[in-house]
Amino acid sequence: MGKVIVVTSGKGGVGKTTSTAALGAALAQTGAKVVVVDFDVGLRNLDLVMGAERRVVYDLVNVIQGEAKLTQALIRDKRVETLFLLPASQTRDKDNLTPEGVERVITALRKAFDFVICDSPAGIERGATLAMRHADVAIVVTNPEVSSVRDSDRIIGLLDSKTLKAENGETMEKHLLLTRYDSVRAERGDMLKVDDVLEILSIPLLGIIPESMDVLRASNVGSPVTLADGRSAPAIAYFEAARRLTGETLPIVIPGDKRGLFGKIFGRRAA
Amino acid sequence: MNLLRLFTRQQSGAAARERLQVLLAHDRANTGDSELVTKLRDEILRAISKHMEVDADKVSVKIERGVPVSTLFVDVEIPSDAERKAA
Repeated sequence: MGKVIVVTSGKGGVGKTTSTAALGAALAQTGAKVVVVDFDVGLRNLDLVMGAERRVVYDLVNVIQGEAKLTQALIRDKRVETLFLLPASQTRDKDNLTPEGVERVITALRKAFDFVICDSPAGIERGATLAMRHADVAIVVTNPEVSSVRDSDRIIGLLDSKTLKAENGETMEKHLLLTRYDSVRAERGDMLKVDDVLEILSIPLLGIIPESMDVLRASNVGSPVTLADGRSAPAIAYFEAARRLTGETLPIVIPGDKRGLFGKIFGRRAA
Repeated sequence: MNLLRLFTRQQSGAAARERLQVLLAHDRANTGDSELVTKLRDEILRAISKHMEVDADKVSVKIERGVPVSTLFVDVEIPSDAERKAA
């Protein structure tokens, strides 16, 4: 039986889709069978970030409504053969996601894959609550910025009350993924510190992804950053986060801490 | 860049942390929402009306959220002849 992971945040634009694609590709590269599922019905984007936008025929809503079989809707990645995508519908809205339909799809995916990674839409409405409903593990994507932290706190509350695990009296395993971390701003003291965010949200840290042009570049060419440039800083951070997700213990390095005097001087100037 | 400004400028990260801590303490406890303020406003107005005539529009109730305490501000405008009228 595979593990169901929801990538969620409350706030939009913090890096849920980027993180879903990057972690999915990182896990699949180890040989695990991975499916990334886009729950953002009406505003799908995971297909674009994965570079599969021209191969979408059927989607999650088609499968839920019984118009297509699950195997017809799954798109196999061209680069990693154990990586699959289940796209969201672009034309229909979130009302087409029924709790029973989602349960059926997740149950089937759980049987066929090692990891089922659900990319949640922003917000706290139906799409977001259905994406988290069947999760075993939640990744809360947060930027070191006040509005993102507040929304993450709200989402953590929902994870602890509105999910199947919570309703069964179990605790949801939650991890914090801090994204768009800017070491120059952090050094100037103009950003929430990692410890501040951890203290406020009090869930364990899965990784820190540095703000980087490499993320934008990867999305431009339609490739998860862990496939586009595996040696870039954000890719390395995602690979390590993926290993922690499978239970490995690795020390977390705060981006920018490794920089020498030269880097620091340059960093200050560039600001 | 102004050098003096560079050295004297407050670091905004610490301010962000403090604001969040206060905000989330209230978000989680769900206190001080507008419903409560409206209820307080109506009840306070009713209590005062028993003794003097006051204009409902001249009562303002505000909450300033803080840690460890929040402050409730009640501002009632009483016309100078209100007591006489009610009496």
